[in-house]
Amino acid sequence: MRILYRLILKEFKQIFRNKIMLPVIFIIPFIQTIILVYSATLELKNSDITIIDMDKSMISANLISKFQASPFFKVELMSYNEKEISDALLKDKTKAILIIPKDFEKNLRSGIPVKILLNLNAIDSQSSGLINIYVGQTVLGIFKDFKPFLSKIDLEQQMPKVDIRPSYWYNQNLNFKFFMLPGILTILVSMIGIFLTSFNIVREKEMGTIEQINVTPIEKWQFLTGKLLPFVLIGIFDLTIGLLFGIFMFDLPFEGSVYTMFIFTILFLIAGIGIGLLIADFSNTLQQSMFMLLFFFLIFILMGGTFTAVESMPDWAQAINVVNPMYYYMRVVRSILLKGSGVLDLIKDFWALLVYGITTVFVAVWAYRKTV
Amino acid sequence: MNRFTGFLKKEFLHIFRDLRTMMILFLIPVLLVLIFGFVIKNEIKDAKIAILDLSRDNASKSISSRLSASEDIIVTEYLSSYSQIEEQFQKNLVKAIVIFENNFAENLVRENKANVQIILDASDPNTASLLNSYVSVIINNFISEKFSLNKTIPLEIEPRMWFNEEQSSSYMYVPGTMALILMVITALMSSVSIVREKEMGTMEILLISPLKPYQIVLGKLAPYAVLSVINAVSIILVGYFIFNIPILGSWFTLILVNFIFITMALSLGLLISTLTNRQETAMFISVFVLLLPTMLLSGFIFPLENMPNFLQYLSYIVPAKYYLNAIKSIMLKGQGILYSWKEISVLIGMTILLIGLSIKKFKIRLE
Repeated sequence: MRILYRLILKEFKQIFRNKIMLPVIFIIPFIQTIILVYSATLELKNSDITIIDMDKSMISANLISKFQASPFFKVELMSYNEKEISDALLKDKTKAILIIPKDFEKNLRSGIPVKILLNLNAIDSQSSGLINIYVGQTVLGIFKDFKPFLSKIDLEQQMPKVDIRPSYWYNQNLNFKFFMLPGILTILVSMIGIFLTSFNIVREKEMGTIEQINVTPIEKWQFLTGKLLPFVLIGIFDLTIGLLFGIFMFDLPFEGSVYTMFIFTILFLIAGIGIGLLIADFSNTLQQSMFMLLFFFLIFILMGGTFTAVESMPDWAQAINVVNPMYYYMRVVRSILLKGSGVLDLIKDFWALLVYGITTVFVAVWAYRKTV
Repeated sequence: MNRFTGFLKKEFLHIFRDLRTMMILFLIPVLLVLIFGFVIKNEIKDAKIAILDLSRDNASKSISSRLSASEDIIVTEYLSSYSQIEEQFQKNLVKAIVIFENNFAENLVRENKANVQIILDASDPNTASLLNSYVSVIINNFISEKFSLNKTIPLEIEPRMWFNEEQSSSYMYVPGTMALILMVITALMSSVSIVREKEMGTMEILLISPLKPYQIVLGKLAPYAVLSVINAVSIILVGYFIFNIPILGSWFTLILVNFIFITMALSLGLLISTLTNRQETAMFISVFVLLLPTMLLSGFIFPLENMPNFLQYLSYIVPAKYYLNAIKSIMLKGQGILYSWKEISVLIGMTILLIGLSIKKFKIRLE
């Protein structure tokens, strides 16, 4: 035990001695979290829309003013010109171009079907889909105003209506920061843990200092635990600070118990860092280890549901997620924070992470060779 | 010059004879694009929901069966009471619960109005709001089909989806993955290769050789430029053949823009290498500092237009943003190089700035 204690002390000394790494470990994660937490929002506001009014009637003017009043759109008017339309979309001057045709009012009054053409830049298919929906709702709004005029259209009279009321549990206002903050924080903290542990060992290999340790009576497990524990501790520390920032700056709810959070965080960090150890076992140069780490890490974060929903992924991807510690942890963290889930609710994830952590660390210790 | 070619040859040999590293360098980018192209989607698929049907009449049953017939939604369970709701969410079993009120069909016919409640797990707000609109559409479609008096609204909006008629989300994510991979891997490789020489002490040997410092740097970076261009081309081919991302513009322009972006990333790597003497620090700065901003502030995952202003301003210093704009306009809009002159000049400007800073910081003597 004394040996382990000394080893951990040595690691901490080395970490605190490196003046460039200190801010990377203890300051940059928080700055990044606080800034990047704003990056996700599904709200559409002030989307550029260009309206071409070829009718210039009372109803078309009313329609335009509806768009101008809407918080979703920033309206610009344009006269009809085939070339300018494609130009505006090509040069990203606008996201959508709505064309109100000639005789719009006349046809509406006499009940002749009218088509309004909506040109959308659909490269970002999600935004363009949303704009399409909002435009539809705004356009339908004119029927309420002009009911007396458009008497031929009797819309709401006979058709029964289902009142669909969504209630958004655990995050009533669909606050994206509650979703993003745990995600970004987890990425940064686990990156520190996994990468640094692995580098640390491979560096000793590359520098040859590992042989000096190999000839001492230090056991394999002592050496590896000495490398693993400091970063588990740093990870817990960073996560705690980051969550405190979230709670005080962004009103991030913490419904669950602190213990549950700690239990899962420790399990996750051990599992993640175990992978770092494994990769270190199998690489001889820092370069090799770093590319392996980057490869696995990117897969972990982008497939684990940090930013996009896991359910939408193809089945094979979900099968891969069984060995993705981030997949368990992301779900668990959000459940603990927002829903107040306890260990019993998350028992499957608990066993998965536990088995995962034990296996990776054992295999890492077993595969580590003291001889060169 | 002869000396320089010799040095260049040595550098190339250094990288290309190490088969393991080579495999990693060439395979990783392609694998990542392949995986993420299939995996990152913004539409909903197989979302699990539960139904609490308090009415159990024809209307509510037909809506339920429509919901379970939908390709996007899986109905996992029929609940029998309100008390079961909480558990479903706590255990992450479903994303939403649809509740039909008592006497649903009766209310619909007699009072012309009936209530449905959708309870959504908004701990993932994106999925929650998407799922809400999916379910609402299915219910509304059912009602209008069942009760429609053939009086449709005489007004139709005809959307025309430019540049992406099928609304495939790959158009957004495959270029995004390209930017991420080229940026991070290129900066990483170049910064580490120089710092490695410093750390091993071999930089000193190089510096006392008759090679000029700029020749040393150039020789170190050249192999990685070649590697990165090969990577860029292979990623583009994967996008083209597997994800059917069209290349409407010219290949030459596309490769040129990629080359400029790679040069920028290499000079960023160079600058990072002047800041530190240790490989893991260089790696950490390259990955840790670049990864998330490149992912989140370039328009890769979340659209920039909807972000708060200060983040939009911040995105002006993210090179990947310009690269993405440029390659999207070349690949998806079929524009020539002149359309992206702004983006390209910014990238070139950044490259010059980074190289300038590196020259200022580059130390010929070692402390």
